[in-house]
Amino acid sequence: MAIPWRDDADRALGEAKDSGKPLLLDFTAAPM
Amino acid sequence: MYPDPRVDSFINESFIPARFHVKTHPEAMARFGADWTPTILILDSEGHERHRIEGFLPNDDFLAQLHLGLAHAAFTAGKFEQAAERFEKIVRDLPATDAAPEAQYWAGVARYKASNDGAALKATADAFRERYGDSTWAKKASIWAS
Repeated sequence: MAIPWRDDADRALGEAKDSGKPLLLDFTAAPM
Repeated sequence: MYPDPRVDSFINESFIPARFHVKTHPEAMARFGADWTPTILILDSEGHERHRIEGFLPNDDFLAQLHLGLAHAAFTAGKFEQAAERFEKIVRDLPATDAAPEAQYWAGVARYKASNDGAALKATADAFRERYGDSTWAKKASIWAS
């Protein structure tokens, strides 16, 4: 299953807070 | 997508995932102090960093590090039983990874924090006599022996 990557840090932080889930931030130089 | 489907599944189940490219999101790299790629940060739901993975890792080691981050997030949230189970899962399912000795150490700490029973620490020190005895984590646990 593809990962639904977010690209807005503040929105992802808000989503994590609302859901109680931890946040995974992936910083990459690979082609996206 | 990561090369190992176990990684995709675990991320989907366990985290809110966000990805930033070094060229298109340099501000995100600066904000979170990511100076190199690949870097993975695991933040708790309040946004506090709980685990950092810098550089490439083979599949099993990478998966174990993700589990370690999730376990540390549970630990710092005071969910010690849950944290212990997650640390123990690393030792059980990914025993040959570099994360496993660290997980064995923190499993003992989490069991102690959950029970306030020092026997959990002694049992951990004993476990290091059986496995991972050459690790830094065995040295840290050695104070609990005797």
